[in-house]
Amino acid sequence: MSIIQILFYLLSGLAVFAALMVLLSKNPVHSVLWLIVVFFAISGHYILLNAQFLAIVNLIVYAGAIMVLFLFVIMLMNLNAATEPNQHIWMKLAGVIAGGCFLVMLVSLASQAGDMANKTVLMKEGNIGLIKELGKILFNEFVIPFELTSVLFLSAMVGAVVLGKKDNTQ
Amino acid sequence: MPINYYIFFCLTLFSIGIVGVLTRRNAIIIFMCIELMLNAVNLLLVAFSKMHHAAAVAAAPDTTVGGDGQIFVFFIMVVAAAEVSVGLAIIVMMYRNIHSVDINFLNRLKN
Repeated sequence: MSIIQILFYLLSGLAVFAALMVLLSKNPVHSVLWLIVVFFAISGHYILLNAQFLAIVNLIVYAGAIMVLFLFVIMLMNLNAATEPNQHIWMKLAGVIAGGCFLVMLVSLASQAGDMANKTVLMKEGNIGLIKELGKILFNEFVIPFELTSVLFLSAMVGAVVLGKKDNTQ
Repeated sequence: MPINYYIFFCLTLFSIGIVGVLTRRNAIIIFMCIELMLNAVNLLLVAFSKMHHAAAVAAAPDTTVGGDGQIFVFFIMVVAAAEVSVGLAIIVMMYRNIHSVDINFLNRLKN
Protein backbone atom coordinates (compact mmCIF):
# COMPACT_ATOMS: atom_id res chain seq x y z
CA MET A 1 0.00 0.00 0.00
CA SER A 2 1.49 3.28 -1.02
CA ILE A 3 1.46 6.46 1.02
CA ILE A 4 -1.28 7.91 -1.21
CA GLN A 5 -3.61 5.01 -0.45
CA ILE A 6 -2.90 5.23 3.27
CA LEU A 7 -3.66 8.94 3.24
CA PHE A 8 -6.84 8.36 1.22
CA TYR A 9 -8.20 5.81 3.69
CA LEU A 10 -7.13 7.91 6.67
CA LEU A 11 -8.81 11.07 5.39
CA SER A 12 -11.93 9.20 4.28
CA GLY A 13 -12.32 7.52 7.65
CA LEU A 14 -11.79 10.81 9.45
CA ALA A 15 -14.36 12.57 7.24
CA VAL A 16 -17.02 9.88 7.67
CA PHE A 17 -16.47 9.69 11.43
CA ALA A 18 -16.65 13.45 11.81
CA ALA A 19 -19.77 13.61 9.62
CA LEU A 20 -21.44 11.02 11.84
CA MET A 21 -20.46 13.01 14.90
CA VAL A 22 -22.10 16.10 13.36
CA LEU A 23 -25.38 14.19 13.49
CA LEU A 24 -24.89 12.50 16.84
CA SER A 25 -23.77 15.52 18.87
CA LYS A 26 -26.47 16.97 21.06
CA ASN A 27 -24.73 20.29 21.40
CA PRO A 28 -24.88 22.45 18.22
CA VAL A 29 -21.46 23.96 18.98
CA HIS A 30 -19.92 20.49 18.91
CA SER A 31 -21.66 19.82 15.60
CA VAL A 32 -20.07 22.93 14.13
CA LEU A 33 -16.64 21.89 15.37
CA TRP A 34 -17.03 18.39 13.90
CA LEU A 35 -18.14 19.90 10.61
CA ILE A 36 -14.91 21.92 10.57
CA VAL A 37 -13.05 18.59 10.93
CA VAL A 38 -14.97 17.30 7.88
CA PHE A 39 -13.95 20.35 5.88
CA PHE A 40 -10.31 19.90 6.85
CA ALA A 41 -10.43 16.25 5.74
CA ILE A 42 -11.99 17.26 2.42
CA SER A 43 -9.28 19.88 1.96
CA GLY A 44 -6.77 17.09 2.52
CA HIS A 45 -8.46 15.17 -0.26
CA TYR A 46 -8.14 18.18 -2.55
CA ILE A 47 -4.43 18.36 -1.80
CA LEU A 48 -4.11 14.64 -2.58
CA LEU A 49 -5.78 15.36 -5.93
CA ASN A 50 -3.40 18.30 -6.48
CA ALA A 51 -6.30 20.78 -6.52
CA GLN A 52 -4.35 23.27 -4.47
CA PHE A 53 -6.48 26.31 -5.21
CA LEU A 54 -9.68 24.57 -4.15
CA ALA A 55 -8.02 23.21 -1.01
CA ILE A 56 -7.10 26.70 0.16
CA VAL A 57 -10.42 28.21 -0.91
CA ASN A 58 -12.26 25.42 0.91
CA LEU A 59 -10.37 26.19 4.09
CA ILE A 60 -10.79 29.95 3.84
CA VAL A 61 -14.42 30.07 2.71
CA TYR A 62 -15.94 27.07 4.49
CA ALA A 63 -13.85 26.48 7.60
CA GLY A 64 -13.01 30.16 7.93
CA ALA A 65 -16.02 32.23 6.96
CA ILE A 66 -19.13 30.04 6.88
CA MET A 67 -18.41 28.08 10.04
CA VAL A 68 -17.58 31.26 11.95
CA LEU A 69 -20.94 32.60 10.83
CA PHE A 70 -22.64 29.45 12.14
CA LEU A 71 -20.82 29.66 15.47
CA PHE A 72 -21.66 33.34 15.70
CA VAL A 73 -25.38 32.70 15.18
CA ILE A 74 -25.40 29.81 17.68
CA MET A 75 -23.69 31.88 20.35
CA LEU A 76 -25.90 34.88 19.56
CA MET A 77 -29.03 32.83 20.14
CA ASN A 78 -27.54 31.10 23.17
CA LEU A 79 -28.34 27.67 21.81
CA ASN A 80 -25.37 25.79 23.22
CA ALA A 81 -27.56 24.03 25.73
CA ALA A 82 -29.20 20.91 24.40
CA THR A 83 -32.63 22.33 23.67
CA GLU A 84 -33.79 19.82 21.13
CA PRO A 85 -36.75 17.86 22.49
CA ASN A 86 -36.73 14.12 22.12
CA GLN A 87 -38.17 13.08 18.84
CA HIS A 88 -40.17 9.97 18.37
CA ILE A 89 -37.89 7.00 17.81
CA TRP A 90 -39.86 5.83 14.77
CA MET A 91 -39.33 9.13 12.99
CA LYS A 92 -35.57 8.83 13.48
CA LEU A 93 -35.64 5.21 12.36
CA ALA A 94 -37.61 6.16 9.24
CA GLY A 95 -35.05 8.83 8.38
CA VAL A 96 -32.13 6.43 8.83
CA ILE A 97 -33.85 3.75 6.73
CA ALA A 98 -34.64 6.24 3.96
CA GLY A 99 -31.06 7.49 3.85
CA GLY A 100 -29.73 3.94 3.95
CA CYS A 101 -31.94 2.89 1.06
CA PHE A 102 -30.70 5.87 -0.92
CA LEU A 103 -27.10 4.93 -0.19
CA VAL A 104 -27.57 1.25 -1.10
CA MET A 105 -29.38 2.11 -4.31
CA LEU A 106 -26.76 4.56 -5.52
CA VAL A 107 -23.83 2.35 -4.50
CA SER A 108 -25.27 -0.58 -6.42
CA LEU A 109 -25.90 1.67 -9.43
CA ALA A 110 -22.37 3.08 -9.33
CA SER A 111 -20.75 -0.30 -8.96
CA GLN A 112 -22.66 -1.64 -11.98
CA ALA A 113 -21.82 1.31 -14.22
CA GLY A 114 -19.59 0.08 -17.02
CA ASP A 115 -18.21 3.54 -17.77
CA MET A 116 -16.63 3.79 -14.35
CA ALA A 117 -15.17 0.30 -14.29
CA ASN A 118 -11.51 0.83 -15.05
CA LYS A 119 -11.16 4.59 -14.72
CA THR A 120 -8.56 5.95 -12.35
CA VAL A 121 -8.06 9.36 -10.83
CA LEU A 122 -4.79 11.18 -11.34
CA MET A 123 -3.34 11.67 -7.87
CA LYS A 124 -0.77 14.32 -6.87
CA GLU A 125 0.08 15.05 -10.50
CA GLY A 126 -1.35 17.17 -13.26
CA ASN A 127 -1.31 20.94 -13.03
CA ILE A 128 -5.00 21.41 -13.75
CA GLY A 129 -5.75 22.45 -10.18
CA LEU A 130 -3.09 25.13 -9.95
CA ILE A 131 -4.27 28.71 -9.78
CA LYS A 132 -2.55 29.63 -13.05
CA GLU A 133 -4.53 27.14 -15.14
CA LEU A 134 -7.79 27.72 -13.28
CA GLY A 135 -7.47 31.47 -13.67
CA LYS A 136 -7.02 31.11 -17.41
CA ILE A 137 -10.12 28.94 -17.67
CA LEU A 138 -12.14 31.19 -15.37
CA PHE A 139 -11.40 34.39 -17.25
CA ASN A 140 -11.55 32.92 -20.73
CA GLU A 141 -14.64 30.72 -20.68
CA PHE A 142 -16.52 31.66 -17.52
CA VAL A 143 -16.35 35.45 -17.47
CA ILE A 144 -20.11 36.02 -17.61
CA PRO A 145 -20.95 33.62 -14.74
CA PHE A 146 -18.08 35.10 -12.75
CA GLU A 147 -19.52 38.58 -13.13
CA LEU A 148 -23.03 37.32 -12.41
CA THR A 149 -21.87 35.96 -9.06
CA SER A 150 -21.10 39.51 -7.99
CA VAL A 151 -24.74 40.38 -8.57
CA LEU A 152 -25.71 37.26 -6.63
CA PHE A 153 -23.52 38.28 -3.71
CA LEU A 154 -24.92 41.80 -3.74
CA SER A 155 -28.50 40.53 -3.66
CA ALA A 156 -27.60 38.04 -0.91
CA MET A 157 -26.06 40.85 1.13
CA VAL A 158 -29.10 43.07 0.69
CA GLY A 159 -31.38 40.15 1.50
CA ALA A 160 -29.50 39.32 4.69
CA VAL A 161 -29.65 42.94 5.83
CA VAL A 162 -33.36 43.24 5.03
CA LEU A 163 -34.18 39.98 6.81
CA GLY A 164 -32.02 40.74 9.80
CA LYS A 165 -33.30 44.27 10.35
CA LYS A 166 -35.64 44.74 13.26
CA ASP A 167 -39.20 45.46 12.24
CA ASN A 168 -40.04 48.87 13.68
CA THR A 169 -43.55 49.16 12.33
CA GLN A 170 -45.16 47.15 15.09
CA MET B 1 -6.82 5.55 -7.12
CA PRO B 2 -9.92 4.09 -8.86
CA ILE B 3 -12.81 6.48 -9.36
CA ASN B 4 -15.18 4.02 -7.68
CA TYR B 5 -13.56 4.65 -4.30
CA TYR B 6 -14.26 8.35 -4.59
CA ILE B 7 -17.84 7.68 -5.71
CA PHE B 8 -18.51 5.43 -2.72
CA PHE B 9 -16.91 7.83 -0.27
CA CYS B 10 -18.85 10.83 -1.57
CA LEU B 11 -22.10 8.86 -1.61
CA THR B 12 -21.53 7.97 2.03
CA LEU B 13 -21.01 11.61 2.97
CA PHE B 14 -24.06 12.65 0.95
CA SER B 15 -26.24 10.00 2.59
CA ILE B 16 -25.09 11.08 6.05
CA GLY B 17 -26.21 14.58 5.10
CA ILE B 18 -29.59 13.28 3.97
CA VAL B 19 -30.08 11.31 7.19
CA GLY B 20 -29.22 14.44 9.13
CA VAL B 21 -31.79 16.52 7.27
CA LEU B 22 -34.42 13.84 7.83
CA THR B 23 -33.79 13.11 11.51
CA ARG B 24 -32.69 16.32 13.18
CA ARG B 25 -35.12 19.12 13.98
CA ASN B 26 -32.73 21.90 14.86
CA ALA B 27 -32.76 24.27 11.87
CA ILE B 28 -29.07 25.10 12.20
CA ILE B 29 -28.03 21.45 12.14
CA ILE B 30 -30.22 20.85 9.11
CA PHE B 31 -28.40 23.72 7.45
CA MET B 32 -25.05 22.21 8.35
CA CYS B 33 -26.09 18.89 6.84
CA ILE B 34 -26.89 20.71 3.60
CA GLU B 35 -23.35 22.10 3.65
CA LEU B 36 -22.10 18.55 4.13
CA MET B 37 -23.99 17.38 1.03
CA LEU B 38 -22.60 20.28 -1.00
CA ASN B 39 -19.08 19.35 0.04
CA ALA B 40 -19.58 15.72 -0.95
CA VAL B 41 -20.66 16.86 -4.41
CA ASN B 42 -17.69 19.21 -4.63
CA LEU B 43 -15.22 16.44 -3.88
CA LEU B 44 -16.84 14.18 -6.46
CA LEU B 45 -16.64 16.94 -9.09
CA VAL B 46 -12.93 17.36 -8.43
CA ALA B 47 -12.40 13.60 -8.63
CA PHE B 48 -14.20 13.42 -11.99
CA SER B 49 -12.22 16.41 -13.21
CA LYS B 50 -8.98 14.60 -12.42
CA MET B 51 -10.34 11.42 -14.02
CA HIS B 52 -10.92 13.18 -17.33
CA HIS B 53 -7.60 14.92 -17.00
CA ALA B 54 -5.85 11.59 -16.51
CA ALA B 55 -7.42 10.28 -19.72
CA ALA B 56 -6.50 13.38 -21.72
CA VAL B 57 -3.00 13.98 -20.36
CA ALA B 58 -1.80 10.69 -21.82
CA ALA B 59 -2.42 12.02 -25.35
CA ALA B 60 -1.33 15.63 -24.89
CA PRO B 61 0.79 16.48 -21.83
CA ASP B 62 -0.17 20.15 -21.50
CA THR B 63 -3.92 19.87 -21.93
CA THR B 64 -6.41 21.65 -19.71
CA VAL B 65 -9.21 19.11 -20.09
CA GLY B 66 -11.06 18.72 -16.82
CA GLY B 67 -10.56 22.24 -15.57
CA ASP B 68 -14.25 23.00 -15.97
CA GLY B 69 -15.11 20.68 -13.10
CA GLN B 70 -12.96 22.63 -10.69
CA ILE B 71 -14.50 25.91 -11.87
CA PHE B 72 -17.91 24.40 -11.11
CA VAL B 73 -16.71 23.64 -7.58
CA PHE B 74 -15.65 27.25 -7.25
CA PHE B 75 -19.12 28.45 -8.29
CA ILE B 76 -20.81 25.99 -5.93
CA MET B 77 -18.77 27.46 -3.08
CA VAL B 78 -19.87 30.97 -4.12
CA VAL B 79 -23.53 29.98 -4.19
CA ALA B 80 -23.17 28.18 -0.84
CA ALA B 81 -21.71 31.28 0.76
CA ALA B 82 -24.60 33.44 -0.48
CA GLU B 83 -27.09 30.77 0.62
CA VAL B 84 -25.63 30.61 4.12
CA SER B 85 -25.80 34.35 4.63
CA VAL B 86 -29.48 34.52 3.66
CA GLY B 87 -30.39 31.29 5.44
CA LEU B 88 -28.82 32.30 8.71
CA ALA B 89 -30.61 35.65 8.50
CA ILE B 90 -33.89 33.73 8.11
CA ILE B 91 -33.03 31.51 11.10
CA VAL B 92 -32.21 34.55 13.25
CA MET B 93 -35.52 36.15 12.25
CA MET B 94 -37.37 32.92 13.04
CA TYR B 95 -35.69 32.74 16.45
CA ARG B 96 -36.66 36.33 17.14
CA ASN B 97 -40.30 35.62 16.37
CA ILE B 98 -40.92 32.22 17.96
CA HIS B 99 -37.89 31.93 20.33
CA SER B 100 -36.92 28.52 19.02
CA VAL B 101 -35.13 27.01 16.05
CA ASP B 102 -37.20 23.84 16.09
CA ILE B 103 -38.59 23.40 12.61
CA ASN B 104 -41.70 21.65 13.92
CA PHE B 105 -42.96 25.02 15.09
CA LEU B 106 -42.92 26.18 11.51
CA ASN B 107 -46.25 24.61 10.56
CA ARG B 108 -48.34 27.75 10.74
CA LEU B 109 -48.84 27.88 7.00
CA LYS B 110 -50.51 24.49 7.16
CA ASN B 111 -54.02 25.57 8.10
